[in-house]
Amino acid sequence: MNVRVQTEAFDFGLEANNFATAQTDMGAIVTFLGIVRNLEETNLSYMDIEHYPGMTEKAIYKITDEAANRWSLGDILVIHRYGRLSTDDLIMMVATASKHRKDAFEAAEFLMDYLKSRAPFWKKEATDQSQDWVVSKVEDESALKKWQ
Amino acid sequence: MIDVLYFAWVRERIGKTKETVETEAETVAGLVKELSERGQRYALAFSDLGSLRVAVDQELLDFDASLKGAREVAFFPPMTGG
Repeated sequence: MNVRVQTEAFDFGLEANNFATAQTDMGAIVTFLGIVRNLEETNLSYMDIEHYPGMTEKAIYKITDEAANRWSLGDILVIHRYGRLSTDDLIMMVATASKHRKDAFEAAEFLMDYLKSRAPFWKKEATDQSQDWVVSKVEDESALKKWQ
Repeated sequence: MIDVLYFAWVRERIGKTKETVETEAETVAGLVKELSERGQRYALAFSDLGSLRVAVDQELLDFDASLKGAREVAFFPPMTGG
């Protein structure tokens, strides 16, 4: 299991490829990539992501441990950036490896649902006009219910 | 003595990232009550607990959580990672 919380950009293709080739007896790799979305009404100038140093990695490992307990996985990779990002920048990625695809798919979805509302990150969107903290959605919280 | 940390808009409203607080409060809710009495900025930040989350020693807990032995308490809005 590998969790990285960083400001630096990452190369999704390279990370996915390294993750896949490092597996010895796995048959399925699922990856998720989250990028900075532009706003609907106006152009995003930048996005700031704040996190809780010290707690963040701990909270993510708690989620990856839970995924490893629930599904038969060979490996998990989570990379999440913080700091200032622009439209189309890569924010985060998740990769899961399993013998058969079902475990990798389900675990990746579980990881994303929990990372969204249980890992201590906060996004702020800035435009020419304003800077607004992204508000969590009710759906994000209810998405967790299906795993309980 | 407890280190109290604030993140995102809670940090902005209170105007601090961190402070050390002398408290006798037994629960997070008790600490919130004490902090709320420190002035308008605090009162405003803590006016709606439903829009806040709390971590005690870096673990997400409820507002009725005990502060016994706690060294660090953090207040922040619901997380928006991913």
